[in-house]
Amino acid sequence: MRLERRDQSSLALIVAAPVAAIIVSLTLSGGLIALAGANPFDAYFEMVKGAFGSRLSISETLTRTTPLVLTGLAAAVAFRAKLWNIGGEGQLYLGALVAAWLGHNIASVVPAPLAILVILLAGMVAGALLLLGPVLLRIRLGVDEVVTTLILNFIVLLFVSMMIEGPMKDPLAFGWPQSVSVDRDVLLPKLLARSRLHIGLLIAVAAAVLIWFVQTRTVFGLETKAAGLNRNAASFAGIALGKTMLGVACISGSLAGLAGAIEVTGLKGYVTLDLSPGYGYSGIVVAMLAGLNPLGVVITALFVAIVFVGADSMSRALGVPSFIADVIVSISLLTMLVCLLFTTYRVRR
Amino acid sequence: MTAEPVLELSNISKSFGNLVANDDISLSLARGELLALLGENGAGKTTLMNILFGHYTADSGEVRAFGNILPPGRPRAAIEAGIGMVHQHFTLAGNLTVLDNVIIGTESLSQLRSDRTGARDKLSALAEKFGLQVDPDALVGDLSVGEKQRVEILKALYRDAKVLILDEPTAVLTSIEAEQLFKTLRGMTETGLSVIFISHKLAEVMAASQRVVILRAGKVVAEKHTADTDRAELAELMVGRRVTRPVRTDQAPGREILSARAVDVVEDSRKTLDNISFAVHAGEVLGIIGVSGNGQASLGRLTCGLTGASSGTLMRDGDESRAFSPHALVEAGTGRIPEDRNAEGAVGEMAVWENAVLERIHDARFSKRGLVDRTACRTFTDELISRFDVRGAVPDTGTRLLSGGNMQKLILGRNLATSPNLIIANQPTRGLDEGAIAAVHSELLEARKNGAAILLISEDLDEVLALSDRVQAIFNGRLSEPIAATDADSKSVGLMMAGIWGDADAA
Repeated sequence: MRLERRDQSSLALIVAAPVAAIIVSLTLSGGLIALAGANPFDAYFEMVKGAFGSRLSISETLTRTTPLVLTGLAAAVAFRAKLWNIGGEGQLYLGALVAAWLGHNIASVVPAPLAILVILLAGMVAGALLLLGPVLLRIRLGVDEVVTTLILNFIVLLFVSMMIEGPMKDPLAFGWPQSVSVDRDVLLPKLLARSRLHIGLLIAVAAAVLIWFVQTRTVFGLETKAAGLNRNAASFAGIALGKTMLGVACISGSLAGLAGAIEVTGLKGYVTLDLSPGYGYSGIVVAMLAGLNPLGVVITALFVAIVFVGADSMSRALGVPSFIADVIVSISLLTMLVCLLFTTYRVRR
Repeated sequence: MTAEPVLELSNISKSFGNLVANDDISLSLARGELLALLGENGAGKTTLMNILFGHYTADSGEVRAFGNILPPGRPRAAIEAGIGMVHQHFTLAGNLTVLDNVIIGTESLSQLRSDRTGARDKLSALAEKFGLQVDPDALVGDLSVGEKQRVEILKALYRDAKVLILDEPTAVLTSIEAEQLFKTLRGMTETGLSVIFISHKLAEVMAASQRVVILRAGKVVAEKHTADTDRAELAELMVGRRVTRPVRTDQAPGREILSARAVDVVEDSRKTLDNISFAVHAGEVLGIIGVSGNGQASLGRLTCGLTGASSGTLMRDGDESRAFSPHALVEAGTGRIPEDRNAEGAVGEMAVWENAVLERIHDARFSKRGLVDRTACRTFTDELISRFDVRGAVPDTGTRLLSGGNMQKLILGRNLATSPNLIIANQPTRGLDEGAIAAVHSELLEARKNGAAILLISEDLDEVLALSDRVQAIFNGRLSEPIAATDADSKSVGLMMAGIWGDADAA
């Protein structure tokens, strides 16, 4: 048996890959659900019900989708340029921390709409700056950014912990490690009354469209694509690889930072150490399932959100541990990688 | 010749996907025969030999050696039957000695001590018998390409090969080394060995072989005794139609466009170009001839703006201060044809139109305020495709789907479309078939006629002699003095390629 490269992967195949990956993942996870003592069909029914069954559950699912779209875009943009940014989680937390600090301090100085803009931009800058270090190390010294961005996640998390236990600790939180809260005036407007859903979702979707436009319609997008696919040909064509990579790093880091700033200003109002249930890492799965396509990211982020929100209610209804959500998402990444292999190669004999 | 063939291939067919690489091929080889397998790139020569040697399994057909069927897909069976193969890319370990390379794999793992004395004696006897002189204790990594090839041949002979297959054996040799090789091969056939060599070079097939089998598009189109045929007939059989390479006409060169004075280049802390000087003028082709690996890659990178000179001066239009970056060069009207079109010339996974405009995407005609004008890009690409006859392509075709020749026409086209005043052509026809070579040559000569200066870096002597006004040889990072093409013949240039030239050869 041999793998042979396909001449061209058809569009149908490219769409089929994530669908197949998700089906295989749900099938395999079904076995685990059965082991946990529940009927997998009931479980998945409960899951869908939990994610879509009511106005509340729909709004919760969409609220979860928002940060996943942004971290998914962060990963998709970077991976396309062969920049392996695994640091989305850290960039998200730094963006969140900066947003919380500004939200607490500038609301009294700057009028609200402008303040929101400043806060979100500052979150983006924080995320971008955090990624610039590892990228400069890679460009200048060839240091593997997979390692540096991954390790930075832990450093940032410890830094956040230090800040919310110390200088930024909320004195009114009964000793809980929690940052000061942002001013009510700078909270993002709600999208749906009497729900947690906020306009962050619109910002995230707009970001996806914008990224798609940049990638397919601009000179920067074309040059980034060439640099990601073939470094030698790109540099022969006169594309400055380092500059392109820095540009990509700024976009990727700022998207993850924006996710953090939006979580704070749209949802929580303050930073805790469980602000993100691993959105930065789930973003990698979201991006891979989407085949790194920015518009696809919106759909796959919704899928991952459904699994997470649905798994909670499944767990309540059937007693299956909600960790199954992590299992489903992780397996779907692995199966997606296998499916991607078959979009570029076919098996002979 | 004796009646019993030493090797017989009958009705071999092999497809890769939709591509039929070998279509019902039969051929036989007699004892003591020197057979040439002639065909263009992609005609199926290498596939056939890989089936014979057991690297590939044929879809149908069988291989017989000395009357016995060879089990398909088993190289070891082929070796045991007395077939030896010398690949185009050598399979030697550079950090081992010649002797180690030769005996590796011939001794059983359970054997405690290797019989080096016996092996050394056998190796020396073989080297002596066939005139393949090489030091058994030298490290293979220190040997020249010609010597490495000798080791490969000795390796096959050491395994008692009675049939030797050589895949494009002269691709990496100077003309003198090639002559020496064929002399050796003839000596081998006189002692009863049989040899097949694969080639697409008509001259050496005519000079060396006794019989020639011509492959085209996976089929045997003809089989000739070399004495009964001539170059023109072989060329026509190989290509399937009459192909004439264009001829250079005389014209006076103009002003100096590109020159180097005493330039050194150091890459990866190794001096790859050593005190080189050259000058190319408008309407002139300067040919740089040399055997692969003597600094051509570095010269290509230097003149294409990918690496800088560590000392000396490089001048564009007689101006020392001009920048040599890819972007600056393209702006100044330089057409650049990279050595490796797949690695550097184009991004295979991108569309043809994207590759067509990549170098010039910042031009106002292709983008405005950072936005790509896709309509203009596609229109430009359409013009390119029709003007330069890029077959099998529309602007949105994936570039990887183009054949080598058509990809080269695309690269050539995107450079020539803007009427450059300087063209750096590094191995412009490597791996192309006769038809595509003729097309590339006539485009280059057309550009010369229109006043472009052309720096042609090539390993193909025929190409350099046909296109160049003046020729310089490159050897070990150094350049010879230029000689006029009218004074150059394959003999004199062959010596220059071996580093033997009048004044410069002080070392």
